[in-house]
Amino acid sequence: MSALALLFLIAALGLIGWIVARARALRFRASPTRRFSSLPQHHGWFVAMWTLLPALVFLGIWHVTAPALVTDAVIASPAAATLPPPGLDRAAILSEARNLANGDAYGAFHPMSETLAPLYAREQSRHDWTATAIALLLAFAGGALAFLRVRPGFSARTQVERVVMGLLLVASLIAILTTIGIIASLLVESARFFQIVPITQFLFGTHWSPQVIDARDPGASLGAVPLFWGTFFIGAIIAMAVAVPLGLMSAIYLTQYARHTTRRWMKPMLEVLAGVPTVVYGYFAALTVAPAVRDLGVALGIRWASSESALAAGVVMGVMIIPFVSSMADDSLSAVPAAMRDGSLAMGATQSETIRRVLVPAALPGVVGGVLLAVSRAIGETMIVVMAASGVASLTLNPFASTTTVTKQIVDLLTGEAEFDSAKTLAAFALGLTLFVITLLLNVVALIVVRRYRESYE
Amino acid sequence: MNKPVAPPAPAERRPTDWQTPAMQRRIRRRYAAERRFRLLGLAAVFLSAAFLLYLLATMIGQGASGFTETRIALPLDLRGRVVVNPARLNGAGADLALAGAGLENAVDAAANAAYPRQGGATLLSDGAWLRVRDAIKRDPALLRTPTTIDVPVASAIDMAYKDDGDAASEAAVAALRPHLSRELNRGFFAGSDATDPTRAGIWGALKGSLLTMIVTLGLAFPIGVLSALYLEEYAPRNRWTDLIEVSINNLAAVPSIIFGLLGLAVFLGTFHMPRSAAVVGGLTLALMTMPVIVIAGRNAITAVPPSIRDAARALGASPIQVVFHHVLPLALPGILTGTIIGMARALGETAPLLMIGMRAFIAAPPGKLTDPATVLPVQIFLWSDEVQKGFVEKTSAAIIVLLVVLLAMNGVAIYLRNRFETRW
Repeated sequence: MSALALLFLIAALGLIGWIVARARALRFRASPTRRFSSLPQHHGWFVAMWTLLPALVFLGIWHVTAPALVTDAVIASPAAATLPPPGLDRAAILSEARNLANGDAYGAFHPMSETLAPLYAREQSRHDWTATAIALLLAFAGGALAFLRVRPGFSARTQVERVVMGLLLVASLIAILTTIGIIASLLVESARFFQIVPITQFLFGTHWSPQVIDARDPGASLGAVPLFWGTFFIGAIIAMAVAVPLGLMSAIYLTQYARHTTRRWMKPMLEVLAGVPTVVYGYFAALTVAPAVRDLGVALGIRWASSESALAAGVVMGVMIIPFVSSMADDSLSAVPAAMRDGSLAMGATQSETIRRVLVPAALPGVVGGVLLAVSRAIGETMIVVMAASGVASLTLNPFASTTTVTKQIVDLLTGEAEFDSAKTLAAFALGLTLFVITLLLNVVALIVVRRYRESYE
Repeated sequence: MNKPVAPPAPAERRPTDWQTPAMQRRIRRRYAAERRFRLLGLAAVFLSAAFLLYLLATMIGQGASGFTETRIALPLDLRGRVVVNPARLNGAGADLALAGAGLENAVDAAANAAYPRQGGATLLSDGAWLRVRDAIKRDPALLRTPTTIDVPVASAIDMAYKDDGDAASEAAVAALRPHLSRELNRGFFAGSDATDPTRAGIWGALKGSLLTMIVTLGLAFPIGVLSALYLEEYAPRNRWTDLIEVSINNLAAVPSIIFGLLGLAVFLGTFHMPRSAAVVGGLTLALMTMPVIVIAGRNAITAVPPSIRDAARALGASPIQVVFHHVLPLALPGILTGTIIGMARALGETAPLLMIGMRAFIAAPPGKLTDPATVLPVQIFLWSDEVQKGFVEKTSAAIIVLLVVLLAMNGVAIYLRNRFETRW
């Protein structure tokens, strides 16, 4: 029986349990004298729950363990006595036999696997039927036992609500699990990387060329300083040079000068900029902005004007960040107490003097926090640099020259044909860990700055 | 010593004379500064808007022609060349039967005969004979009667007809112009990735996106809503809930590529899930979208006034009933708005999917969740890397489709917000 059909069958049993239990509860509720703690549907849910949960939990566990059980059964059979000892050969034959049995493959490399395939198929179907039988039995037994408890005095509601509460708790734990998963996977792979390459060499080395790694000294070509510089140069300097003035001035204009109707049209328009997918920005940067920047460089007489320049990637990234900076600035400007603004205006300052001398200085911590968040977003941005920046790492101050970034290198290192645990792929995880730590620090600092500032005005 | 200093004799107070030239100049200067500042603000807004418009205009300008294809009128006489038993033209074996009967060669020969000097069979797209095949399946009489059929041309000719080709193709087009026509490219919406730009389509990528989004929504929405409810309504204030809260806020700010690394290490590395499958992409994007939904959900839930909860509790509802019967329905529009925005972000996401191997060349739409698939943004990325010129307009056309879908989603979100959001 296919897994889907089984799930449907169990769900149907659950539905039947729900209907039957509810009907029974409805019947005993007909007596007018008693008060009940639970509604009929609570009884229904109680039975449905006991029908579904044990069977589904069993199937979940079975799904994980069954392949191993099937393989064990095949190995234990007499036909498998001639298998080679545990090792690569054995694993290859077994996986071929499994593919043949499932119909995923049509021929086999090892003759042995052809003889094992029917055995595999038989064992698999035997295990499948066992699982189906046990699951249905569990569903039925669970439902029946629960149904026996459906009585007038039984408070099904507390039982159901306890389970719902558990579900809620489990759901919120998934966030922690994700965080742990991220940190663990980055740390484990990075630890393996740092066994090959010393951490100081990685963090402070100034030569990055993963294309040619010397097996005797892999750290010599895996020094990440040029990447950190490139990331900082594109994300924190060029992008912010575009995003901060434009974002801040847009926020000032829209909050202080624009008429209500203009604001209603302009603000969503800016927000569309934030909604454009990064791959579109990347394509735009590579196709339109980068050649223009190179031509500009050539016209200015710069010899190393690259068509994969830091400037093109940085400018487009800055445009992407404008709405973000603008909305952060908007928030902090409107958090400044109106009395400060009114006081300044009453003293005869013009509106721009009020903004420049009173509002912006007062909102500065919030703006700075917003810019920090924007930087953290810019250095984690991937597609724009993957498509528009170069793959060659260099320590340069020239915005027309090519530079590369951490995110670009992660993509380049992992999308090659390399093995999963060569120094190259592990280096990507080490870069990922660095990126994670830096963005985390930026976010924490930014949040502290913003919160302090909010408190000072509340 | 310490003798109180007499205040200086008050200077004769006169009102400032604003009419003096010095004062007038000063006022003019201040007003000029005011105007300059205001203009600067306006310029910033317009510059940002102009960039957006320029981006859209570039994409539309380049992509519009990607929705059309050039066809050439091909005189076709298949009598005697392609011999197929008419009984085999019905049902599943028809494709195989026609291919086996040498239809491709016959079509090439027809092109060589009709346009010998302009390039013959090289004028036709690789998919031209497939178009003939489908026409024959619709109308088997074509095998017995000479006819003229419009088939797609090769990429170089297509580009030249759209005024963007090389010199040789331009010359060929000049000679062929009366036989060429421009039609809507239906294959673009029905096909999958291909090496020949005239055969490439986005249906495979769209279907991959759809499958991925189903997984993402199915996981991220329930988990996000449930944990938002727990954190906002039930969680006791202690170190555990603080930890949950901190990790959700941080996850919302973690760069998307880190989620790709997580997917690579955990789903592919540890659980050995299939590479580049929609289910893995969906799982990865679900982890990314979940914090967005939690944060939007919590904002929507806090916006529900406490009086509603008090009223429900006063009537005897249990804590679960209060939340699921009253708070959740009232907060749902806000939660849905946040969910749609989160899903739009996930739909446009590329980097994490590259990490889990979704960058392979996949020429067939995925049939199930574990099939190798690609998604629309990744398809755009792959096409942007192609050297053939014909892919430029395909890339831009795919971008237009993606932007339209995203705009529609955001439009629905805004509509929901305006239509259902209650101001308490």
